[in-house]
Amino acid sequence: MLIKKIVNFFTSLKLTVTLLAFSIVLVFVGTLAQADEGLYGAQAHYFKQWIVVGAHLFGHKVPLLLPGGYLLGVLLLVNLISAHIYRFEFTRKKLGIQLAHAGVIVLLVGQLSTDMLAREMQMHFTEGETRSYSESATDYEMIFVSNGEVTAIPNKLLKREGGEIKIDSLPFSILVVSNWHNSDMNFRAPMMQNGPPIASNGIALNFDFRKIDDVKTTDEKNVPTAVLEFRTPTGSLGTWVASDWTGDPALVEAVRNGYAQMGPGMAQKIAATLVTPQTLVVDGKSYTFTMRPARVRHPFTLTLLKATHTTYPGTDIPKDFRSRVRIDNPTTGEKREVEISMNHPLRYGGYTYYQYQMDAGQAAQMAGRAPTSVLSVVRNPGWLTPYVGCAMVGAGLLIQFLYHLAGFVSKRKTI
Amino acid sequence: MKKHFQRWLPPFLMFVMALWFFGNLSAPKDKDFKFSEFGELPITSNGRIVPLDSLARNSLLAIREKQTLNTEPWKAWNENPKIIPATEWLANVMMNQAVADDWPVFRVDNPDLISLLKLPEKDAAKHADGKHYSWNQISANIDTFEKENERVQKIESANRTAYENAIAKMHERLTLYAQLKNAVEPANTTDWPAQLALYERLIPAGVATVQAQQAGLSYNKTNFDIFIAYINAFQFMANLQPPLILPPNGAREWRRMGDALLDAPRPGGVAIDNSVRDWAQMAGALTANQPEKFNAALLDLRSQLVPAQSQAMAKARAEVFFNQMQPFYNAMVIYILAGLLAVFSWFNLSETLRRSAVWLIWLAFVIHTIGLVYRMVLEGRPPVTNLYSSAIFIGWGACLLGIILERFHKNGIGLVVASGIGFITLIIAHHLALEGDTMEMMRAVLDTNFWLATHVVAVTVGYASTFVAGFLALIYIVRGFFTKTLDAATGKSLARMIYGIVCFATLFSFVGTVLGGIWADQSWGRFWGWDPKENGALIIVLWNALILHLRWGGLIRERGLVNCAIFGNVVTAWSWFGVNMLGIGLHSYGFTEAAFKWLVLFVVSQLVLIGLGLLPAKWWQSFKVRAV
Repeated sequence: MLIKKIVNFFTSLKLTVTLLAFSIVLVFVGTLAQADEGLYGAQAHYFKQWIVVGAHLFGHKVPLLLPGGYLLGVLLLVNLISAHIYRFEFTRKKLGIQLAHAGVIVLLVGQLSTDMLAREMQMHFTEGETRSYSESATDYEMIFVSNGEVTAIPNKLLKREGGEIKIDSLPFSILVVSNWHNSDMNFRAPMMQNGPPIASNGIALNFDFRKIDDVKTTDEKNVPTAVLEFRTPTGSLGTWVASDWTGDPALVEAVRNGYAQMGPGMAQKIAATLVTPQTLVVDGKSYTFTMRPARVRHPFTLTLLKATHTTYPGTDIPKDFRSRVRIDNPTTGEKREVEISMNHPLRYGGYTYYQYQMDAGQAAQMAGRAPTSVLSVVRNPGWLTPYVGCAMVGAGLLIQFLYHLAGFVSKRKTI
Repeated sequence: MKKHFQRWLPPFLMFVMALWFFGNLSAPKDKDFKFSEFGELPITSNGRIVPLDSLARNSLLAIREKQTLNTEPWKAWNENPKIIPATEWLANVMMNQAVADDWPVFRVDNPDLISLLKLPEKDAAKHADGKHYSWNQISANIDTFEKENERVQKIESANRTAYENAIAKMHERLTLYAQLKNAVEPANTTDWPAQLALYERLIPAGVATVQAQQAGLSYNKTNFDIFIAYINAFQFMANLQPPLILPPNGAREWRRMGDALLDAPRPGGVAIDNSVRDWAQMAGALTANQPEKFNAALLDLRSQLVPAQSQAMAKARAEVFFNQMQPFYNAMVIYILAGLLAVFSWFNLSETLRRSAVWLIWLAFVIHTIGLVYRMVLEGRPPVTNLYSSAIFIGWGACLLGIILERFHKNGIGLVVASGIGFITLIIAHHLALEGDTMEMMRAVLDTNFWLATHVVAVTVGYASTFVAGFLALIYIVRGFFTKTLDAATGKSLARMIYGIVCFATLFSFVGTVLGGIWADQSWGRFWGWDPKENGALIIVLWNALILHLRWGGLIRERGLVNCAIFGNVVTAWSWFGVNMLGIGLHSYGFTEAAFKWLVLFVVSQLVLIGLGLLPAKWWQSFKVRAV
């Protein structure tokens, strides 16, 4: 009896209708909220979420409780699959509907798996440069280099403030004082130092870092900064700052431009101070550390041969972005050139390389910058599911539609 | 006699309207200056080859919100105000500013802006209509304006007041006008051909003085000063970035006049060529009111374009013909007429009226189709490339669906749907055209005919069909609630139509949305990114799926279906326009402030109708009749 009740509940059309209605509300609220919370914020708050508590709409906090995207997706999936099994019958009348719903199942499963398995990275290079790795767009790592030996610690492990981490290859432990997801940075002008520096050593003596809100649009990025204390069994090595502000060349360039009004010499000096290596010395061994985007190594290399950016005559409207790239794969002996452009990605070695950003063409030439290209690198084992799912639903609905149409027309003819 | 009348009235009506359409096709004859031939000259603007005619119409639309110029707007229509075509206006702005700068071409609606610029109020005796003002009238107080503009430009467009928006808009209009003024000659030059000749003669001496001055040697101060004054004037022209009016010459692509004039004295530069001189001749002739000289220079300029630019000339001529045809405006007029006839046919049940409407709808649909296809050929693109063309295409698709429904049901309902949606979408398109060139070039990401032809078309058909379902539902409520014409059979057939169209809409919006995801996967490496436009499309799919499941589950019946279908209008309007107003995401193009007001009005009107739809049957005119 109870089983029957449960089956009835999970196979019922009422459940489908309720879930669809909630989905509409969730998508609507999650779209409106993007104006306040930003695209990534809204994704995490509403869609990649089990339960949504509270929302930000039109600059106000609105109390509300909604099922999140994951919960709705999973329940719809259960509803669909159980109804499919329970009500399946192979008749011509039902064929289209069955196929369409199976396609929706494929799409939902594909999206849930993509969400869990897909990794998004980037590859930045200037013309002539060769890369054997991609960098994560969102994850960072702390690296310690000693005599060419690299120890990398994912920034995720350093999230808990007050937490202490001990890595075997390092003769000291790391105490997390603070770790900010996004931060701002200011030069501590010698004449106007307001408060004490936020850490006792290294770049913190010349720069102030502070926590700021996460970015809201897709063209900005969060710049993480951590304040860390290094400890050996014999005592503390003081507090230090590790920040992506020092690791990302584009940010360093932005800092240099930001201080341009202080004169090119001064701006250059500030930028150089920012990237001064920070080094710890323990037992006579030195450890240089930085924070940088997490890297994934590829068993092959890509070399940027040429980056082209064309615009329509007499305008700034971009016409084409194109990167000519050479693949060198020592394991297969491949050495070939390919073009990657908008709408024409390269799929190679389990990764897909998309043309993402570009600094080339006339604008870069006039500013005296070497042409650079940024490829977006995605590893998504489920990338085929939307293609299959779309074909199934499309075909299913079409069959059903034609079946009805044929019925409608023949009925009219007999009248 | 009556039988003949009934039989021949519908084709006769269509014939009259067709005559009217073809009558509008021929261009007005030029009296002395050949402005219409001038309009066929190809130039490069907005990154594409356009005829001057299109530049003229688009600029006038942007500045005056009309495609023609009324130089005497203070006169009532029956006093015969002088109306001149866009090309004549453009020729004068480019080459005869002494006249053009006095024409009341800038439309100003905001009262605060009018008082800021100290513009005269409406007074026919003083030749002021209180809405349209000339460059000279506005530039009298340009300093005040610039100060305000500087402040406004720092405010984000979403946070501006109506007055501040008016300032920003006026700034755009003034910039456009200044660009046109500096496209051919430095603005307000008195005798450009003589000035150009002087400059050309001065080049060797001028270059020598500049070189001597830089080397610290002695030089002719008079020559130096004149030469530098020219260079500064040309630099100013080039910096404004006006359209590229000079055809390619040797290694040079299409060029701006200012750039070409600056190029001539440079080492390795291209010397001043005949096309530069022809433009100067035209300017001189227009200022001196010498039509023969103007036409001769124009003829020479055209002969310069053969054979290298023959293709561009053919394309430009084709576009001028399209501009002249105004298919969407004409179709819109016929849609109104047909729609009225169809609505009347419900009341007196006249089959003749209904048949007349059928004939007219076919005519409008054919004209609409010609316009759509002509645009596609001109652009070399699938039908939908921007918000403007999406409106054209939604109207077209809805009209086609309406015609099909009418063929099956023969009760005038399909006709009202076709004419209603056709008319509304073409009005929307008309207003979107005020934003500028409607055939702009596609940005790199969008530059793919495959995805434009599949994803965009499928999604747009989804929009169109959801609107058709919603419009059918509106007819159900309006006829049922306010009139006695909705009998049980009509109601049932309407519900069946709505159901069928919702199925169709589900198919297209689903396939279109998923294809969009696949496109995103192809170009950005992600199938779904929760971008507002993607979410808008997803909501349409979910809503249509919800309606179907509610119906299958028996949770809604005839009236529930009708109310749900009306809400489909709201959902679709949100996806089509609403999400663009959020100003976020990859698809946030074409934000229009006026559109927001209309969107809110539309949504409220739909909610009111749903409210009516929920009222008990005893208050419905039609149901009262049925009960008896």
